[in-house]
Amino acid sequence: MKEYGIVILVGITAGFIARWLMLRNDYRHYPTYPHGHLTHLALGFIAASLGAVAVPAIAKPDYVAVTFLALAAQQFRDIRNMERETLNKLEESKIIKRGQDYIEGIARVFEARNYLCILTALVSSAATGLGGWPWGIAAAAACILFCLKLMSGSCIGEIAEVVPGQVHFNNSLLMVDDVVIMNVGLPFTRKKILEEGLGVIIRPKNDNARLTLDAPGQRMAIIHDVVSILGSKVDLSETELMPLARKQVDKGYLGLFIVANEPDMDALIEIIKKAPVLENIRGTTLNTFYGRKAAD
Amino acid sequence: MDTNFSNCILAIITTDSSKVAQGGCPVFYALNQEEQEQISLLLARILGGLVHDLENGVYIIVRH
Repeated sequence: MKEYGIVILVGITAGFIARWLMLRNDYRHYPTYPHGHLTHLALGFIAASLGAVAVPAIAKPDYVAVTFLALAAQQFRDIRNMERETLNKLEESKIIKRGQDYIEGIARVFEARNYLCILTALVSSAATGLGGWPWGIAAAAACILFCLKLMSGSCIGEIAEVVPGQVHFNNSLLMVDDVVIMNVGLPFTRKKILEEGLGVIIRPKNDNARLTLDAPGQRMAIIHDVVSILGSKVDLSETELMPLARKQVDKGYLGLFIVANEPDMDALIEIIKKAPVLENIRGTTLNTFYGRKAAD
Repeated sequence: MDTNFSNCILAIITTDSSKVAQGGCPVFYALNQEEQEQISLLLARILGGLVHDLENGVYIIVRH
């Protein structure tokens, strides 16, 4: 019984630490309020407990208990719904929306992280059961590193080049280099945009990246990340300075325009490079035969 | 459910009455360009729309 105690303890601790470390990555994706943290840590603790008791249950052997574990793991599917509902509610009162694709991506990540948490607890407790606690701790460290690496995902900087673009007007059309952004009527607004606006060109590195950047959901995600860090000068009834990302239809790259509270071009480029590539949007044309053929 | 109109012209502001025919949208005549810009700015703020320039002396307010 004492041995099982150590097995379960190592498993739970490893799973809980894994969840905690993964939660710390979420500062842009989710409000980091203490209560939001607590909810996820509590769920992480339950997930870790589930994973940790699986090995002693098999060793006992108590196979019925293991089937109950499988049943309990199903409950974690609700986390995705919970996240989706919360973020959708928050979305209603946002001036600059996150977008449904981003919300879906975040909800999926939250669900997957709990499964990773169960897996970490399971592997660590199995290693402890088989080889003693030093092996358990080694397995826990390896699992946590694997989780952090696996769940970091790719970012825009890996699939595209981000370079500064020049904001200018072609009569009433606002442009970033040769990308048309929108029609701006008032001379007063045009002057403000020329003085304070920042323009950036996001140039995809290949056809997969071009398809990814094509998706409006991906563009909304980039803009949301930028605005949540640099701020924007849009207000409820003053939407003229809305940040927008538009495509150069012939060449496939994006022009992004923003009037930020903190007009810092270097920070803007770095934020865009670190914006996540949404996994449900990611282009995969180069994985297909005709996609590769067309790209020649 | 969103019950706001979107992508529709809320108002037309012009200095040249010959450019605009009366239709389903309110038209505001301005004496000069300065007044036109002022009316457009106020209407855009009140209606929550954007001012667009048709480049022929006609401004329209559109809610997106």
